[in-house]
Amino acid sequence: MDVEGEVPASAAAAVANGLGGGSEASPAPFSAEQLDVEAYSSQYSGRTRLARLLFVADRCGIEAMQLEALRMAYDDIKKGEDVQLHRDVALKINGRLGPRYGLDQAWVDAVSRRAEQRKEKLENELNGYRTNLIKESIRMGYNDIGDFFYAHGQLSDAFKSYIRTRDYCTTSKHIVQMCMNVILVSIELGQFTHVTNYVSKAEQTPDSLDPIIVAKLRAAAGLANLAQKKYKVAARKFVETGIELGNNYSEVIAPQDVAVYGALCALASFDRSDLKSKVIDNINFRNFLELVPEVRELVNDFYASRYGSCLGHLEKLKANLLLDIHLHEHVETLYRDIRHKAIIQYTLPFISVDLNTMATAFMTSVSMLEKELAALITENKIQARIDSHNKILYARHADQRNTTFQRVLQTGNEFERDVKSMLLRANLLKHEYIQRTGPRKM
Amino acid sequence: MESLEALVAHIQGLSGSPEERAHLHGLLKQADGDSLRAHAAALVPFLAQLSPAAHSLGYLYLLEACVTSGANLSEFGGGDFLVTVADFLTSCSTDQIRLAPDKFLNVCRVLKDQVMQLNTPIRGIAPLRVAVRKIQASPEQLTPVHADYLLLCLLAKQYKAGLSVLEDDIFEVDQPKDLFLYCYYGGMIYIGLKKFAKALELLHNAVTAPMSSLNAIAVEAYKKYILVSLIQNGQVPSFPKYTSATAQRNLKNHAQIYVELSTCYGNGRYTELETFIESNAASFQSDNNLGLVKQVLSSMYKRNIQRLTQTYLTLSLEDIARSVQLDTPRDAEMHVLRMIEDGEIHATINQKDGMVSFHEDPEQYKSVEMVDHIDSSIQRLTALSKKLASIDENMACDPAYLLKTGRDRGGRFDYDDFDNAPHKYF
Repeated sequence: MDVEGEVPASAAAAVANGLGGGSEASPAPFSAEQLDVEAYSSQYSGRTRLARLLFVADRCGIEAMQLEALRMAYDDIKKGEDVQLHRDVALKINGRLGPRYGLDQAWVDAVSRRAEQRKEKLENELNGYRTNLIKESIRMGYNDIGDFFYAHGQLSDAFKSYIRTRDYCTTSKHIVQMCMNVILVSIELGQFTHVTNYVSKAEQTPDSLDPIIVAKLRAAAGLANLAQKKYKVAARKFVETGIELGNNYSEVIAPQDVAVYGALCALASFDRSDLKSKVIDNINFRNFLELVPEVRELVNDFYASRYGSCLGHLEKLKANLLLDIHLHEHVETLYRDIRHKAIIQYTLPFISVDLNTMATAFMTSVSMLEKELAALITENKIQARIDSHNKILYARHADQRNTTFQRVLQTGNEFERDVKSMLLRANLLKHEYIQRTGPRKM
Repeated sequence: MESLEALVAHIQGLSGSPEERAHLHGLLKQADGDSLRAHAAALVPFLAQLSPAAHSLGYLYLLEACVTSGANLSEFGGGDFLVTVADFLTSCSTDQIRLAPDKFLNVCRVLKDQVMQLNTPIRGIAPLRVAVRKIQASPEQLTPVHADYLLLCLLAKQYKAGLSVLEDDIFEVDQPKDLFLYCYYGGMIYIGLKKFAKALELLHNAVTAPMSSLNAIAVEAYKKYILVSLIQNGQVPSFPKYTSATAQRNLKNHAQIYVELSTCYGNGRYTELETFIESNAASFQSDNNLGLVKQVLSSMYKRNIQRLTQTYLTLSLEDIARSVQLDTPRDAEMHVLRMIEDGEIHATINQKDGMVSFHEDPEQYKSVEMVDHIDSSIQRLTALSKKLASIDENMACDPAYLLKTGRDRGGRFDYDDFDNAPHKYF
């Protein structure tokens, strides 16, 4: 991959501008070029890094990239203690990377044994604390068990342990810690309703929170809403995420992700004024956007009605976005929404639009465009009519007077019909109508 | 028990004034019964002595005895008995027969049966139409004769004759079975006349009438309701809140293929619908609904073309054919032409270019006819509102009602009690 040299330089400059320090200069993965697996994964830590690497390996379809991802995943897993993941990765590699990257049974056994021992120890300690009824120790005990399960990939057990600490939390700091743990596990489990709940719980603590924590919570909330397809809310959460997030939440999300997710959701769901005030003029979010210059260009193009180049940027980004674990299932929907919005916005200021010019602006053929427009008109998103003979789109404003008359007559008819049948039914009931079960066939 | 001659003499003598008639009525009631029927055969010559118009009540009793005697009516009077009955129905006096309504209804029923047996339903139409008007206490009342009359009209294919009876609104019903039959036959008559909107109203009443147990008429009515809904509106509405629970639960089970038909229609693909109909043709035929189902099929084209008028100003015939799934542009042209002639869309066909231009509805709501139409609608609706208000008032004064609501609410009255008009229309 020879483009590696170029990308980090520009991105490093961008990072220096926006973040000013922090951890290593991470190149922007969401660029038009092919995904650099190593750079991509270096943005993350913990289990999300493994999950993302595996996802990329599954989806990318390019052998070299796949092997690269699997190799890195293998190395990382060896540093951890998750036996099941080790098995999975070994299976996937299937011997393609040589003998060093096969199933290491010895390591597996050693780790499992150690895990058993540690688990027993932790459980004994916890029982001890429970009999002593020292709240703080019990809480720490459950926390430790939760961490243990998490490291070993037993996520639902980890979840349960973290939830248990709730009863023993005394200060708001404890509560926040518990919420963050739960959120982390829930995101990985994909249970985004829990994420939303615990985010609101954490935000409601009486003490004021550390801005980094606030940013983390916002990002998590955005992620939850994205998964639940509530794009507008997700966009709002993402653009409100403070820049303090930096690389502090790398076990879940990278700042570039915040930028991309936020921008795409905003483009798909915000109206023009919101887009201007919350995204383009938002100084805070601008810092994020600097990390992914392509996306920044995209947003500006959309706002300036340069739809051709905007859609072009989107197409280039698509391949890499499909490799992202949180975004991949929403890419199609978001793209479609953005495209529709672009078309609607294009036609809004005009009384008549020549379909040929519009087709070149949107880089599509006239017949495809006509079909798209017909669909939008049927959904009542555009008030217009197509002159298929001359290939012109005419704006159409409903005649208020006529529609009022029509509606009046219709309401009158419905009223008459409904009242008559109602009187009839009332009469039937009045005679205390009991209907005999008649013969089966008339 | 008097002899027949004496009875006839009484009838002739006491049919003058209302008091006499009341006395006569008493006598007749005494004389009534199986004994009279036993002499049925002998009654016929006596009938000739009486005049149906002046002696309606007595005539009625004797006539009813004859017809319910169980003897074969075609033997009576050499097959002209039908004429006698028809005569009576046409010329009898309204006040007199109202004293013995159930006998009158029996006579009508027998007439209908006889006419159907002889396979000449058309003979029964005129007498029954008169009979309907005579027996009705008010134009808003439903009688069993209504249902019989509509049935005869249907069988004789004289749909227009049925219209005169259907145009009255019915508000009072004694027998539930009559209502179902009335709505069902009435719906069928309107379908025959292609007045689908009115058919839909009647069938809707049949389907949503209060019923504690399912009846076959409602099931058949529901099947036709689905089909007419599809033709008229393109979709079948869900049951409104006031439908009885029995209907909501059970009707769909009995009309399964119709429900599937409506979902297939909703998908909008003509060929699918066609194959579905062909595969189920036998069951549609056995319900006698195949003709209606075919109309549903052709309505699908119409609906698709109408949707196009919403989106396009001009469209080529090939594009129309493609989007509506017709085979050739010629077919498309024919369909569009027919729809223009029926007034269902407003368009012009340009044959040179092969283009169709769609226009807006030219109705400007400025003409005199439109003003008249609106005016009459307003008057009709005001009258209806007044009626509704008066019924509501009556009910609010009803002691049983007050007792029940008073008990529920503990005697307090809120602002809501003083509000009469339905909120939906604000």
